[in-house]
Amino acid sequence: MKIVVLVKQVPDSGAERNLRSDDNTVDRGSANNVINEMDEYAIEEALSIQEKHGGEVVVLTMGPSGATESIRKALSMGPDSAVHVADDALHGSCAVATSKVLAAAIGQLDADLIICGAESTDGRVQVMPHMIAERLGIAALTGARKLTVDGSTLTIERQTEEGYEVVTASTPAVVSVWDTINEPRYPSFKGIMAAKKKPLETKSLADLGVDASEVGFDGATSTVVEHSKRPPRQAGNKVADSGDGGVQLVQYLSSEKFV
Amino acid sequence: MDLALSQEQAAVRRLAADFVDREVMPYAAEWDRRESVDTGIVKKLGDLGFLGLTIPEEYGGSGGDHFSYCLVLEELGRGDSSVRGIVSVSLGLVTKSIAAYGTDEQKREWLPRLCAGEALGCFALTEPDTGSDAASLRTRAERDGDDWVISGTKMFITNGTWADVVLAFVRTGGEGHRGISAFLVPTDTPGLTRREIHGKLGLRGQATAELVFDQVRVPDSARLGAAGKGFSIAMSALAKGRTSVAAGCVGIAQGCLNAAVSYARERQQFGKPIASYQLVQQLIANIAVDTDAARLLVWRVADLIDRGEPFANESNMAKLFASEAAVRAANNALQVFGGYGYIDEYPVGKYLRDARVTTLYEGTSQIQQLLIGRALTGVNAF
Repeated sequence: MKIVVLVKQVPDSGAERNLRSDDNTVDRGSANNVINEMDEYAIEEALSIQEKHGGEVVVLTMGPSGATESIRKALSMGPDSAVHVADDALHGSCAVATSKVLAAAIGQLDADLIICGAESTDGRVQVMPHMIAERLGIAALTGARKLTVDGSTLTIERQTEEGYEVVTASTPAVVSVWDTINEPRYPSFKGIMAAKKKPLETKSLADLGVDASEVGFDGATSTVVEHSKRPPRQAGNKVADSGDGGVQLVQYLSSEKFV
Repeated sequence: MDLALSQEQAAVRRLAADFVDREVMPYAAEWDRRESVDTGIVKKLGDLGFLGLTIPEEYGGSGGDHFSYCLVLEELGRGDSSVRGIVSVSLGLVTKSIAAYGTDEQKREWLPRLCAGEALGCFALTEPDTGSDAASLRTRAERDGDDWVISGTKMFITNGTWADVVLAFVRTGGEGHRGISAFLVPTDTPGLTRREIHGKLGLRGQATAELVFDQVRVPDSARLGAAGKGFSIAMSALAKGRTSVAAGCVGIAQGCLNAAVSYARERQQFGKPIASYQLVQQLIANIAVDTDAARLLVWRVADLIDRGEPFANESNMAKLFASEAAVRAANNALQVFGGYGYIDEYPVGKYLRDARVTTLYEGTSQIQQLLIGRALTGVNAF
């Protein structure tokens, strides 16, 4: 089984993140760029499938040249090789254009299974698995908290707010995963050293047969007109306990769906 | 000269830092209180490849250079010196000695398990009556046919009660260092009893033990290196081992710096953060300079080892300075914390207790000074 894992480099969600003032895109220059956290679960899932069923795991990343660092980190966890789609014309691409590029790259890899994180911590739109599956004409099994592979049959437990749904499909298919699905492994020292020698192929838009006018700002289906800083946090609600404090707390927690 | 880390070295350091932040720091205070780390940490260290650093891959090691080894040991030292000590002793003193002096059979028997964290080693040189004067050790091995029969007592042995194999230094010949040989003794050999030593000031999470050899019989194939060469094996192990202690001390000092800076910015007195007072900044600046100076000395030794250059004197300097710097750094950090540094809710008190032993073991500060003095003057002042 050939598994392609989609890995995105994002600004560290634990630190201050900004949009650029000139073109409203994510400011990668000033950020500490890391692997999108959910993608580490996708890598782990691909590796554990490989351990059980054999095959090959390929990392696929679209991003600027600096994304190589995250690709090497992904490879140090164990995947066999990586493809990095990098092209200056991609800057400013919307989700629809991104899905076109990723689908074209996946098409060249002849994958049986594509696994990705359910969302990225920068865009958080959760549409990529559906869009890619639609473009490739294959099934999308999204939001998995469990994935079982039995020959060419894939079964997931799709996590919902109330519980889960069991969904099945045949390969090839796209599966997106939540962080409840596994516990990602650490890279090992040997993995870090080996990652340096693993094949990392860089592809341009021309290599994928995608026209530059279909991506970037020119091909974008949506435009960010302006952005502003999130307002500072407001003071929270204070509950003064005059006998009914407990009830008020439960009412608040209930209204926010915490209980 | 380039002091920047390579991409791989930076990745190894990040891996070690990430592991320490998630798997060590949150538990270090509890392990200290109950006087034992969670020994499951050993297998995790093995899985990461940290117990096989610098050991050839054909024997189950991770390969890699001493520089990476020092980067990992620094991070472990920042997390918990008890965990760092497990690696310093099992890998740094025992596994590396087997890799350097072992027969192919000894390497195949021990290295894969030691590197995987499926077995631990301990290094038995010190005795109740011989510390700095190690060449006067009294544990004896008598020849009996093809076997050796060992009797005597070893003291303050790190990993002692956890270890699967003891690298024991015993007298097989006459007086002095030429009468000493090294043996690999499995800890389940009849006649070997181990008693854990409690009540230590620091390194409380680590098993430190007294080992009693009562007619312990091992075959001649358990001898590591030639008969009479044991002392030089021990000294060679310690020369590199001191680098790992020094690297761990850099980690302690860095941990003290991190804690002191963050506390000084939060703690308010007289209506201002204490970081805004010059005397507090002085304490912090001193910690920072000690940390960086110690790190640079450690990096120099690691670089010398990796380039195959002589390193013994530089290693002594790094160990002397880094251990004393760690004690100073922890003392200064505790001063920044005031009363809160004196209780174990914050890490600085533990840093101070853990740092304190590093000026004592693997060569006291005084022994390091005498070694450095001898190297410079050519005169032995022992």
